[in-house]
Amino acid sequence: MKHLLSAGDLSRDEALSLLDTAERMERALAGREVKKLPTLRGRTVVNLFFEDSTRTRTSFELAAKRLSADVVTFSAKGSSVSKGESLKDTALTLEAMGSDAVVIRHSSSGAPHRLAGWVRGSVVNAGDGTHEHPTQALLDAYTMRRRLGRLDGLRVTVVGDVLHSRVARSNVLLLATVGAEVTLVAPPTLLPVGVEAWPAAVSYDLDASLPKADVVMMLRVQRERMGDSYFPSAREYSRRYGLDRRRLALLPDDAIVMHPGPMNRGMEIAAEVADDPRRSTIVEQVSNGVSVRMAVLYLLLGGRGPRETTEPGGRSE
Amino acid sequence: MPRALFDAADVARVVDRIAHQLLEKTGGARDTVVLGIPTRGAPLARRLAARVRAFEGVDVPVGTLDVTLHRDDLRLRGVRALAETEEPPGGVDGKLVVLVDDVLFSGRTVRAALDALHDLGRPRAVQLAVLVDRGHRELPIRADYVGKNVPTSRNETVRVLLSEVDGRDAVLLEPAADRGRPDGLPAGLASERTP
Repeated sequence: MKHLLSAGDLSRDEALSLLDTAERMERALAGREVKKLPTLRGRTVVNLFFEDSTRTRTSFELAAKRLSADVVTFSAKGSSVSKGESLKDTALTLEAMGSDAVVIRHSSSGAPHRLAGWVRGSVVNAGDGTHEHPTQALLDAYTMRRRLGRLDGLRVTVVGDVLHSRVARSNVLLLATVGAEVTLVAPPTLLPVGVEAWPAAVSYDLDASLPKADVVMMLRVQRERMGDSYFPSAREYSRRYGLDRRRLALLPDDAIVMHPGPMNRGMEIAAEVADDPRRSTIVEQVSNGVSVRMAVLYLLLGGRGPRETTEPGGRSE
Repeated sequence: MPRALFDAADVARVVDRIAHQLLEKTGGARDTVVLGIPTRGAPLARRLAARVRAFEGVDVPVGTLDVTLHRDDLRLRGVRALAETEEPPGGVDGKLVVLVDDVLFSGRTVRAALDALHDLGRPRAVQLAVLVDRGHRELPIRADYVGKNVPTSRNETVRVLLSEVDGRDAVLLEPAADRGRPDGLPAGLASERTP
């Protein structure tokens, strides 16, 4: 594996071995005073964030630091990007400084794919536009497997703004690969064109989907990506598609509630549901994110020498 | 053709002897723990502890210590799947830790193990037991307990088979031509996963 661009690129074996690695990473550090492993000493990871992010950026930064890599975090604000530098020039500049991996978040779908053709190092997609967010899907799968003990045959209901959600897209691809059954629940206006070709069932009725769900994943309503015309009002959205206490009671006894964050409390998820200590895994997802990203960086960078001479864009094993 | 160095009975005898030596050298294996280095050091450590218990009725805590994240050769040999680290009951602080591995070669695995061990705690002392010492050390490391010293050439492979992992016990010396990877494991990540 040279890059991690799409959750759909992972084979079942690769995905499961990645989750196993994450589990071992977590255990290698559990209960230790010094949370640091020497594995990626001397490697440089550049976090290239063209979009705002709290948890993903911090999580990648922590993951790289726990493996002793050097981390440079770069946000578009306050950089030459605001002077009009192109993605390619920015990438080549960072490349010239000797980065071994670039973790990129960008508002344009496909930016990481383009970047992978320009730089020698590994590229990790940390969210591109409304396209994909593979490490989020991996940490979600990791969380499900830890809580429920399996992925194969797990029934996962993904609710909300599927149209704008890179989390939903990556989750559907990954979960289908590892054998879970995904149902997407959303208002028709928030489903993408061509959703019937996705490896997932589609429903418009949340109440009907909940009693047979092992996992409910609530998506953030991405108001920054939409005009106002997708649904009549926030109240109506919340009444039809929000997860409140009444709906929580419809779930099977051991079902869990997930949310990739940041949450709109009171919109897609009620505060008391988000804070439910037994079912909500929202905080857990964040800490699992670090272990999963450590595994990704280890598997991408661990085996290769600094600045290994694979051709730009070429795949090495 | 691989040449057999040990058959199953030889492996059992060697483990018995190391168990006796361990009891002798540690004065009855008090405050001693054995830590196996995966893959094959782990079952060897369990066997060693079982023999010590059979001979003198002493319960020696057993653990495993994965050294992958501390290796210095990941860049040369590619990324490997991680194995389990299982701290022995009671921990390692103040104990005599006996590291157990199948083959002692360059000494780099043991170097990584010493670093990994440092993360678990502070043992009183550390010793090393190996089934086969094949020479070619690249670091100032030696074993305290050796099953057999085998003179080898660098490009031969010593392959240890244990019933817990491979279905049978044997130690084979393979000439240069048959070798897969330097550590005798098949290439590819998935196939290296510990069962």
